[in-house]
Amino acid sequence: MRHKSRSVLPGFGLSLGITCTYLSLMVLLPLATVFTRTADLTGAAFWATVTDPRVVASYRVTFGASLVAALVNTVFGLLVAWVLVRYRFPGRRLVDAIVDLPFALPTAVAGIALTTLYAPNGWVGKYLDPFGVKVSYTWLGITVALIFIGLPFVVRTVQPVLDDLEVEVEEAAASLGARRWQTFTRVVFPTVAPALLTGFALAFARAIGEYGSVVFISGNMPMKTEIVPLLIITKLEQYDYAGATAVALVMLVASFVLLLAINLLQWAARRRSAA
Amino acid sequence: MSIEVRNLRKSFGDFVALDNISLDVPGGELVALLGPSGSGKTTLLRIIAGLEPADQGTIHFHGEDATRQPVRERQVGFVFQHYALFRHMSVFENVAFGLRVKPRAVRPSEAEIRETVMGLLHLVQLDVLAKRRPSELSGGQRQRVALARALAVKPKVLLLDEPFGALDAKVRKELRRWLRRLHEEVHVTSVFVTHDQEEALEVSDRVVIMNEGRIEQSGTPEEVYERPATPFVYGFLGDVNLFHGRIHEGRVNIGASDLEAPEWAGASDQAGVAYVRTYDVELAPARSDASSLEAVVRHVRAFGPVVRLELELVDGGRTIDAHIPRAQFDSQALGKGRRVYVSPTNVRVFAQPS
Amino acid sequence: MATTALSRPATTAPRAIIRATGESRAVRWTLTTIALVFLALTLLLPLVLVFAQALAKGLPTYWAAIKEPDALSAAKLTLLIASIVVPVNLVFGVAAAWCITKFDFPGKNLLITLIDLPFAVSPVISGMIFVLLFGAHGWFGAWLLAHDIKIIFAVPGIVLATTFVTAPFIARELIPLMQEQGTEEEEAAIVLGAGGWQTFFRVTLPNIKWGLLYGLILCNARAMGEFGAVSVVSGHIRGETNTLPLHVEILYNEYAFAASFAVASVLTLLALVTLGLKSLVEWQQRHVTAERPGTDSTPERIAA
Repeated sequence: MRHKSRSVLPGFGLSLGITCTYLSLMVLLPLATVFTRTADLTGAAFWATVTDPRVVASYRVTFGASLVAALVNTVFGLLVAWVLVRYRFPGRRLVDAIVDLPFALPTAVAGIALTTLYAPNGWVGKYLDPFGVKVSYTWLGITVALIFIGLPFVVRTVQPVLDDLEVEVEEAAASLGARRWQTFTRVVFPTVAPALLTGFALAFARAIGEYGSVVFISGNMPMKTEIVPLLIITKLEQYDYAGATAVALVMLVASFVLLLAINLLQWAARRRSAA
Repeated sequence: MSIEVRNLRKSFGDFVALDNISLDVPGGELVALLGPSGSGKTTLLRIIAGLEPADQGTIHFHGEDATRQPVRERQVGFVFQHYALFRHMSVFENVAFGLRVKPRAVRPSEAEIRETVMGLLHLVQLDVLAKRRPSELSGGQRQRVALARALAVKPKVLLLDEPFGALDAKVRKELRRWLRRLHEEVHVTSVFVTHDQEEALEVSDRVVIMNEGRIEQSGTPEEVYERPATPFVYGFLGDVNLFHGRIHEGRVNIGASDLEAPEWAGASDQAGVAYVRTYDVELAPARSDASSLEAVVRHVRAFGPVVRLELELVDGGRTIDAHIPRAQFDSQALGKGRRVYVSPTNVRVFAQPS
Repeated sequence: MATTALSRPATTAPRAIIRATGESRAVRWTLTTIALVFLALTLLLPLVLVFAQALAKGLPTYWAAIKEPDALSAAKLTLLIASIVVPVNLVFGVAAAWCITKFDFPGKNLLITLIDLPFAVSPVISGMIFVLLFGAHGWFGAWLLAHDIKIIFAVPGIVLATTFVTAPFIARELIPLMQEQGTEEEEAAIVLGAGGWQTFFRVTLPNIKWGLLYGLILCNARAMGEFGAVSVVSGHIRGETNTLPLHVEILYNEYAFAASFAVASVLTLLALVTLGLKSLVEWQQRHVTAERPGTDSTPERIAA
């Protein structure tokens, strides 16, 4: 990479100044409050808050449902990406555009729509109810909502990689005698795997923080279907700021770790493909 | 194993890539498909491999109809211009791939695979690099891996698509020689596609020259070079000068001069084109006979054993190229601006296509 | 450690030639069907349901819900928020992209990671941090109270929270784009005597216009649709601090389902318009890249 000497292109000072000021005031300062507020608690108090049964249950709900949803999205996301990239069918462009719907739709709208859809008398719910399968106000409902939210992350991360696959490599495998399935598992999949992993991580990261689309369908029963974001709100409404920040801190740490992991994955993928 | 191609036709939309191609490749031969871009040579190769279906026509491998056979079953080895190595596998695993994907029943044991792969890597002189990834190899090395990989499954036919096209000149020359030696050792029927005439003429047992979806000529390198069958072949191989003129009773009249054209003894007043190779010209300080053309030396490029001269014909002003040996250039002291008389030897006259 | 662009031009047309190495027809059909059924179930059904429910009680009820004063003031507030947040983040995004992509300095990667932070933070936490800063018991709580300035449970708080949440959008779009474009054109302009602003407006801006537009569309969509963060800071005061998404929630919690979905349908229409604009911009982007000299558009495989 060429070294850009600052003196040639103008605007370094101004742009860096704006950027740093903005980031400090809008991002770093507010986020810092989480850490300082938590510091108000003693170590023991912090631990007690964070290991409170209700809190732990909410962690389990959030992380558990997010994990399942991300896994489902990984499988189906790959399928959707594959079909969109490789096959032709009427309305393909339209379908491709719709995949971004969860990105564009306000989460509250998604929330009420999904709740109504899966309610016992809802369009889908009424078919599941006779089988005793309850979606609304259960853990399953939360997962369904998180699947909705996370799908575009996997599809959009995998699509470019599939698009860039060289035809010749698959032809080479075929000429060497590989059956289609073998070519997929031995040649195509390993190439797509890193992107798939990144997509999974992105979907998971989004899911654990999700509020709007989940809070309607979950029923918010403490210990059973209460998600962490809601718990934080509850504590805030009770002016238990310290408790709220303690719970939030755990979430933040998890999110940052995920962010780091995702960036590392993307960096490694870039290195491998550049070589 | 021999290849018989009969009446192959292939179009892409309106574009006719192959127009009724028939070709025989005897077993064990190394054949070059030579031609400019768009001539159909890669399409032909891919159809033989089974990577594209033909619209019409048949392909037989040693008498057996393979036209409908999927590529997997044809037992052809294919080497791509850009190698198509499996980036996430080591060199060893790349070469072993074809053996690993065989059905359980016929799959060789791990030990056998190891032996075959290392043997091939030794053949292509890359055994020390077995554990490396393709990204760590040079272009020439990658192509050798691709070749080893294709040979690992003991193909009946080896097909190479511009195998050295992506490499620089020096590496290309080395690999050319190397491919020839490999063929002599392994003796698989091989067909390779190239647009580089030097490559085709140097390496192959037989050259098939293609143009616009048709075969212009097929023969040994000597045949196609010395006895080109069509104007296209003449112009495509080696440097040539063209003279347009009228053919009449064994002579072709080009401007102020007449050239001998004995094969056209019976012709009467036909439009024709005379082809003269750039080294088939004699330059003399004075007119020698009626077929000499007066010209002035306009440009001299004297590097290497052959001197290239650009001559401007006095009659008509057009430019012709002459390549003469260094010694002759020096002895005749031909410099810029000198007047010379050009006598073509070995003229080939073709009728002007109407 | 560059950020990846959010936008990815929708897939190019699949190769026109049916490859001899593809899956069998049966497999293709099965996979396509499964994928489409999954998408219909996951994405299409909720979409259709919004409109069905909104119109369930007939058109008059629909209009009434939308023209209701609280709904209208919620709409006004939403538009106000977007009109403040988007330009602010535009300036930030452009400034950040400029200094990151045109210059080399230590800590650049750190800066990029910081820009990504709001993405990693849950919306609820995004709202919470401003409560911690400006709420009654927050850092500046006492000071604000003394000066009778309301931020939390008032419009400024909503603006701040929304700005935080949407901060990365434009920057993340521009950074990879401008990195790819390099600095040569700007350097050429400078050599020819152009000033800084001239260079930016005449050389850089035309090159990034589609990426910029894309980022603006996404930023706007998120700014109007943000729920979690706004929920925390707004106080849910009808007619004053309710945005459209919050209004949807209030109506729904009051069992006014048809009205709730009616308002939701407006937001959904906005989402569909966003998707449409996105596709348009992506199409344009592809056009521009294809025409640019020196770019490598994949040629159709024809005879060689």
